[in-house]
Amino acid sequence: MATEAKRVTDIGPPHYEKFLHPLIKENYGKWEFHETLAPGVLAHTGPNGTIYSVRMSSPRLVSSNFLRMVCDLADKYADGYFRFTSRNNVEFLLANKDNIEPLKKEIGEKGFLVGGTNNAISNVVHTQGWVHCHSAATDASGLVKAVMDELAEYFTTEKLPAKLRVAVACCLNMCGAVHASDIAILGLHRTPPRIDHETLPNLCEIPTTVASCPNNAIRPTSVEGKTTVKVDEDKCMYCGNCFTVCPAMPMADPLNDGVSIWVGGKISNARTEPKFTKLAVPFIPNNPPRWPEVTSKVKEIVEVYAANAKPFERVGEWIERIGWEKFFDLTGIEFTKYHLDDFRHAGTTYRRSIHNRY
Amino acid sequence: MADDLKIPLLEELEKGPWPSFVSDIKSVADRKPMAADLLRQLEKSYEDKRGYWKHGGLVGVMGYGGGVIGRYSALPEDFPGVSHFHTVRVNQPSGWFYTTDALREIVDIWDEHGSGLFNMHGSTGDMVLLGTRTEELEPTFRALTEKGWDLGGSGSDMRTPSCCVGPARCQNACYDTMDMTYQLTQNYQDELHRPMFNYKFKMKMSGCPNDCTAAIARSDMAVIGIWKDDIKVNQEEFAKYLDDGFNVQEFVVEKCPTRCITVEGKEINIDNSNCVKCMHCINRMPKALAVGDDKGFAINIGAKAPIVEGALFGSVIVPFMKIEDGDYEELYDFIDRMWEFWDEHGTARERIGEFIERVSLATFLEGIEMEPSPKMVKAPRDNPYIFYEEYFAEEDEGEGEGEE
Ligand code: HEM
Ligand code: HEM
Ligand code: SF4
Ligand code: SF4
Ligand code: SF4
Ligand code: SF4
Repeated sequence: MATEAKRVTDIGPPHYEKFLHPLIKENYGKWEFHETLAPGVLAHTGPNGTIYSVRMSSPRLVSSNFLRMVCDLADKYADGYFRFTSRNNVEFLLANKDNIEPLKKEIGEKGFLVGGTNNAISNVVHTQGWVHCHSAATDASGLVKAVMDELAEYFTTEKLPAKLRVAVACCLNMCGAVHASDIAILGLHRTPPRIDHETLPNLCEIPTTVASCPNNAIRPTSVEGKTTVKVDEDKCMYCGNCFTVCPAMPMADPLNDGVSIWVGGKISNARTEPKFTKLAVPFIPNNPPRWPEVTSKVKEIVEVYAANAKPFERVGEWIERIGWEKFFDLTGIEFTKYHLDDFRHAGTTYRRSIHNRY
Repeated sequence: MADDLKIPLLEELEKGPWPSFVSDIKSVADRKPMAADLLRQLEKSYEDKRGYWKHGGLVGVMGYGGGVIGRYSALPEDFPGVSHFHTVRVNQPSGWFYTTDALREIVDIWDEHGSGLFNMHGSTGDMVLLGTRTEELEPTFRALTEKGWDLGGSGSDMRTPSCCVGPARCQNACYDTMDMTYQLTQNYQDELHRPMFNYKFKMKMSGCPNDCTAAIARSDMAVIGIWKDDIKVNQEEFAKYLDDGFNVQEFVVEKCPTRCITVEGKEINIDNSNCVKCMHCINRMPKALAVGDDKGFAINIGAKAPIVEGALFGSVIVPFMKIEDGDYEELYDFIDRMWEFWDEHGTARERIGEFIERVSLATFLEGIEMEPSPKMVKAPRDNPYIFYEEYFAEEDEGEGEGEE
């Protein structure tokens, strides 16, 4: 390099204003209302005009080719302005209504979908999985692809009773924060780390390893004269935090790692309070590349919900109205001892009334 | 495409209507050996049903304690392209708005210095530049800062704040989410880049109780827009919803959680003193109803995913605050007091939500010098185990003066 520019730090992100479409700047903070022109197409109107948003599916894990394609589309139809949504969709911001149809057409030709608005299944919030994380009990991108292939018709239409949010996390660290989604798919390890006493003393610092466990399940011990660690298996909840600091404690267990399905969570305050997701299916073994047992179960839940919920009822609101016993009846999911909470405050989930449905 | 790329299992994921990450990675595999080896290693994961990554240890750029996730392949001999595969988190602009020129600059940088692969975006908000070698980190950082970009957070620091579109494209916004996110990020650059906390601290800004960023579930500090005065009503537009056959009775009146809406003839009346600002009626009839004028935000503290003590939603600590004339001092002051108290009394790896549960809400409020309010609870306590701190000594009976 010829000239070495001075190294700068702590400049923070660029100011957002330079990325805003002029029409957005003119209406900033003054928007009056919005309409949905078609699934995936929103029109927001303020005193200084209307901006049209066209929402496109994205796999989230994308290449520079994808991003260049998005930029080319935005240049052609949206004056070079676009954004990403909080669920990883791309939104083109159009000043010219006449560009909507040609843009939709070109998005279709390139193999992407338009949708994800209102009573649809939007894109799936998810995490890294086998693509990048050392903790993963399953793959995230592959599960999302397989599940959304099954549910694509619900992305491009708004025919569900209410919006339905799906999330995937590949271990119980839950980087995808799946604990408040309508349907959550969660990868789980089911066995404690295996300890390689041969390599551990050289690879890992004992105090750091002991401290890494959120449940204090790890203790120093001595094996054949060498200081190593042991795991109290009753305390271990298979989070993989020890493996993060100590590579001699691998978590991956192909026989026992897999996926669980959770339902009925909700973020927004609309009508009812936010809710956590609750356990529906405790365990399904990993079956890549398409996880057919998972996708069919998720689809079944969506279809039973679609057929039974009232308009504007989210999954969790529907289940609370009909009762959990009916949810298990209608979906045919087996209710097991694993559905009974045994962690802190478990008692708050026990039924303490005679309000039962038969 | 790289000729010797044999990935039959992954190729199954190129079929079907949803866009395929496999096709996308493949599309750069011929010019990016890193992408090709990523696919090869992933194919092996699909065969063996397990991941093959090692944690990265400490890698990063000079002077920063976060922003890079170190990652090494556990099988570097088999997949040398991903022997290093570190992630660089780049602080996104507020609301994830871009121009094509700006994004192309980032794409060029990553095509030169990294794998050419991205997550747009990570669930905290950053752009995730996925995969590069240790020696490319510093050059990547330089190239980014030259174009005006900086890294996001990772580790026990303030994580990159993020927000909904707010006033940029939503009539429901009760405060300027975009500006607050920018200001907070700039004001706390040190806390963002140099992990010094007990654990991570996430912030998300949602402009109204719809909470499109899921702040209440996944940010230690959820700033959620709300208003205090009456919902604005346009009776003419309301009559049009009725005329269009929209079932206001069933879909709005009966769904209002406090049943505070009545309809007489073609007029809607809202008992605003009982409205809990749930947004449902406004969501259903955006042309007729709108949030009020006396707008601000509530702050809920303590949300987190289950690790360790179980999942928490954020709970109300500040029922209402507003920013006037772009002056964020009151908010900064609140955050500083909170961090100071958590820093002093929290333990390592204790998120602030768990901390509050451990020391109790009362202690936390005292620690940050705030008064309790019924708006902070669902209900008062239902057990009698009260630790009184004031009681009367014999001599001042009847005086009403408490004693420590
Ligand atoms: C306390 C439990 C958690 C631990 C130990 C943890 C650990 C990790 C690790 C190791 C990675 C790196 C994955 C990779 O290889 O790229 C990661 C990524 C990430 N985590 Fe977490 N995480 C936790 C909880 C969360 C939560 C609750 C959120 C969000 C609300 C979150 C947001 C992220 C994001 C945004 C990424 C970047 C990649 C992505 O979006 O998939 N993490 N986390
Ligand atoms: C008329 C009412 C509503 C308007 C105008 C509205 C507007 C928006 C906008 C502008 C976004 C994009 C935000 C961003 O990515 O920064 C969005 C996304 C979202 N909204 Fe709403 N929203 C409304 C109602 C709701 C309701 C009732 C809920 C939940 C029950 C909700 C949940 C979400 C979620 C989860 C997202 C992320 C979706 C995605 O990125 O694909 N919204 N909404
Ligand atoms: S959820 Fe677990 S496996 Fe997935 S990215 Fe986060 S820490 Fe890694
Ligand atoms: S997996 Fe988690 S709970 Fe189990 S020993 Fe390791 S750190 Fe502790
Ligand atoms: S949270 Fe509220 S203000 Fe923000 S985009 Fe969603 S509906 Fe609009
Ligand atoms: S915002 Fe919710 S509580 Fe308030 S009037 Fe509308 S439906 Fe009722």
